[in-house]
Amino acid sequence: MSEPSSQTRLLGSAEAPPSVSEGSSQSGLLAPAATVSARAAEVNEGPSGFRVIGTRPIRHDGEDKVRGRAKYGADYALAGMLHGKVLRSPHAHARIKSINTEKAAQYPGVFAVLTGANLPEVKGAMAQVGELVVNTHYLSLNIMARDKVLYDGHAVAAVAAINRHVAEEALALIEVEYEVLTPVMTAEAAMRPDAAVLLPELRQMRMASRVDPGKLEGPDEPGNVAGHIQFQRGDLAAGFKAADFVVEREYHTEAVHQGYIEPQNALAAWDADDHVTIYCSTQGSFNVRTLTAAVLTMPEGRIRVVPAEIGGGFGGKTTVYLEPLAVLLAKKAGRPVKMVMTRAEVLRATGPTSGTRFRVKIGVNRDGRITAAEVWMAYEAGAFPGSPFAPAAMTTLAPYNIENLQIDAFDVVVNRPKVAAYRAPGSPASAFACEAALSELAEYAGIDPIEFRLRNAAREGLPMPAGPPFKKIGFVETLAAMRDGEHYSSKLSGKCRGRGVAAGFWFNGGLQSSADVNIHTDGTVSVVTGSVDIGGSRAAMAMIAAEVLGVPVRDVRPMVADTDAIGHNDVTGGSRITLATGLAVFNAAHDALRELKLRAARLWDKTPEEVEFDAGVFRARGNGVPPLALSQVAAKLIATGGPVTGRASLNAGAVGAVGNAFAVVCVDVEVDPDTGKVRILRATIAQDVGRAIHPSYVEGQMQGALAQGVGWALNEEYYYDDRGVLRNSGLLDYRMPTCLDLPMLETLIVEVPNPGHPLGVRGVGEVGIVPPMAAVAEAIYQAVGVRMTELPMTPAKVLKAILEKRAGEGESAAAS
Amino acid sequence: MAIVVVPALLRKLTDGVERVPVTGRNLGQVIEDLERQFPGFREQLVQNGEMKPSIAVSIDGEMGTGGLLDRVKDSSEIFFIPAIGGG
Repeated sequence: MSEPSSQTRLLGSAEAPPSVSEGSSQSGLLAPAATVSARAAEVNEGPSGFRVIGTRPIRHDGEDKVRGRAKYGADYALAGMLHGKVLRSPHAHARIKSINTEKAAQYPGVFAVLTGANLPEVKGAMAQVGELVVNTHYLSLNIMARDKVLYDGHAVAAVAAINRHVAEEALALIEVEYEVLTPVMTAEAAMRPDAAVLLPELRQMRMASRVDPGKLEGPDEPGNVAGHIQFQRGDLAAGFKAADFVVEREYHTEAVHQGYIEPQNALAAWDADDHVTIYCSTQGSFNVRTLTAAVLTMPEGRIRVVPAEIGGGFGGKTTVYLEPLAVLLAKKAGRPVKMVMTRAEVLRATGPTSGTRFRVKIGVNRDGRITAAEVWMAYEAGAFPGSPFAPAAMTTLAPYNIENLQIDAFDVVVNRPKVAAYRAPGSPASAFACEAALSELAEYAGIDPIEFRLRNAAREGLPMPAGPPFKKIGFVETLAAMRDGEHYSSKLSGKCRGRGVAAGFWFNGGLQSSADVNIHTDGTVSVVTGSVDIGGSRAAMAMIAAEVLGVPVRDVRPMVADTDAIGHNDVTGGSRITLATGLAVFNAAHDALRELKLRAARLWDKTPEEVEFDAGVFRARGNGVPPLALSQVAAKLIATGGPVTGRASLNAGAVGAVGNAFAVVCVDVEVDPDTGKVRILRATIAQDVGRAIHPSYVEGQMQGALAQGVGWALNEEYYYDDRGVLRNSGLLDYRMPTCLDLPMLETLIVEVPNPGHPLGVRGVGEVGIVPPMAAVAEAIYQAVGVRMTELPMTPAKVLKAILEKRAGEGESAAAS
Repeated sequence: MAIVVVPALLRKLTDGVERVPVTGRNLGQVIEDLERQFPGFREQLVQNGEMKPSIAVSIDGEMGTGGLLDRVKDSSEIFFIPAIGGG
């Protein structure tokens, strides 16, 4: 077990929950059949200290991963396997006049060819995957075009051949005749009345329409606006009248990709009994099953999904692209078919997050209290409706208590790949715009930026933008942790250097999880869930079971099972696994413990009520029998009644119900005034995590989110030419930060336990990406006096702003 | 009586009223009461006899999971908000 990282401090809540420390008190975890809330009360208010939780064991999958033994999707191979490749549109917007696949089908080594005509029609169908509602008609069109292509890279055909080279040669033989149409590439262009229409059947719907039919808003005419949501409270006019300072600005962010290192892949193999198994890289094996079944109009029960180890997802692997195609090709060919995307395909044809446009107007009074806020935003959905405009609206200015507020958010289709989720979808772009405006207002009011945020901070009981009140949250504590931390307190000196601070919010998810905890006769334990491990969650699951059962964590083996082998698990995403699947494991471990107590009672000829359990040892109340370790009871399972498996399945509540998360980021930058290049000197993230089950992996999530936020802030964007063709479809030109671009990222773990969870857990994976862009923008302003309102803040853009500022100052000097 | 806080874009149906008192022991009954008071409300929220999957419900600060069967108390405060997803 390694020592805690030197850059991390574990900070207790200002409201004094128990801190994580070494210790052996188990009583809060051991009450059988207690309700979740009762357990929470016992743990949160009982004696401090856990035996395993809060420590840093080496992750169970770690050695395989560093030795190259871990099996990722592209590593899978089956006898007789073919390779599939996809033909993609070179046009951003075009009608398909004809497709001729005859030559490709006859090419030696080709076993199957598909076009959109081979996919069944799924008009008007909606699939529910977790809390996501997916329009499967549009999903099917995205997987393969029918009569129209809607972005550069849109799939139009696929082949399966003996190897990928033959497959690529066959693709070149497919003849597609296009009628090229005018592409519409931005929300601004798409919302113009004369814009070319992408989807003639689309109408603007109001309220929470995202992708399902809502109520028509406006005239019954085709357009590119798919949805509009509005939140409103108080009196905006009165609020702005009460303001002493008002900032009104427009902001713009470009689409960015999740940037996972492992491309999408899928291997499909049909059994003799007409069932198909899909091996793939995915964040949600049950999602893959549901969506593939929906797109191919086949029963879910005929599909088994085996999730491979995953090389990153960040939300981008919660949907399907290749899986239905691999299944169809395998069916046609009569052999397994494997498909692996290239990086160019990933960037051209899988969902990035939305480009956005914001108009922000915020007023504050002299005391630094926000008196009114009006925010208008348009989110690019890509080729089909479904941008994160709704969560964007619901997270806009959520960290703050604002009485007079109006938020309008629009979902707009454009000729770009259909967007997919990316870490706190919708929230980062909104935070960039709003936090930048707030920092500007703090300066006008002459108030320290953290103090300004503290004066307006959301607290328990105050309303979120969507209306429902916050439960117990840790925003104030997180701000205080940053304020009192060494970084913020330190002096920053040097030319062209500046510091910026920003905050962010994310709901976190609940949803459904299932877990089995198997007790083996040697006292070891296996923990089986269906939650793909994207961030070290397997280690957390093992630690939770070890904590409950009082066994060493090295004796607990966590496993991720396929969709036939475990009860339903919703997607790994939404920062929900340690919370929801962890809760299922916690409950399943207690379920196993209940049965083990019965076995101990049977061994002693006592009643279960006379059996006590603490730290892995069973004792009979009173005296008379020597205690038994769990391993000793396990050794007698056969004799006392047979195998013991604890089980639990649960719905931890819809997204927004459990353990909201807040993060605060502080960044120091140095700007080269001659090139506009921004260097990150130091960066710290403070985040309320509820309870850090494994602090190293919590830190990893915080650091990773911060790193992605820096890339989003400074470099990452899609370059499309005037034909709508992507020009930077590789990682050389789609510039993500590397280890050479960032200093060690410092973390401050704040723990305000979530009262809704027996271990106080809050989700940690996403919120860290919300603040960094605004923090970097403010730091640039403090360094060189220019306010950046567009992302990314590339050297060219920063230099342009510096030169414009100099020119303006020159004119002023000349005038005076 | 329980209170439904009407989303901004639906206040056209309630003549601008934001907080509507309702009766009902579960969400289904509450929506029926809303429909009685403001015809047209039900179709905003319900589809094929179930809550629209794109709409989430908060009852007394807790997100509902039982759809139309979610229990409602006399003092409950109910919000209808968009369902969201994470990444």
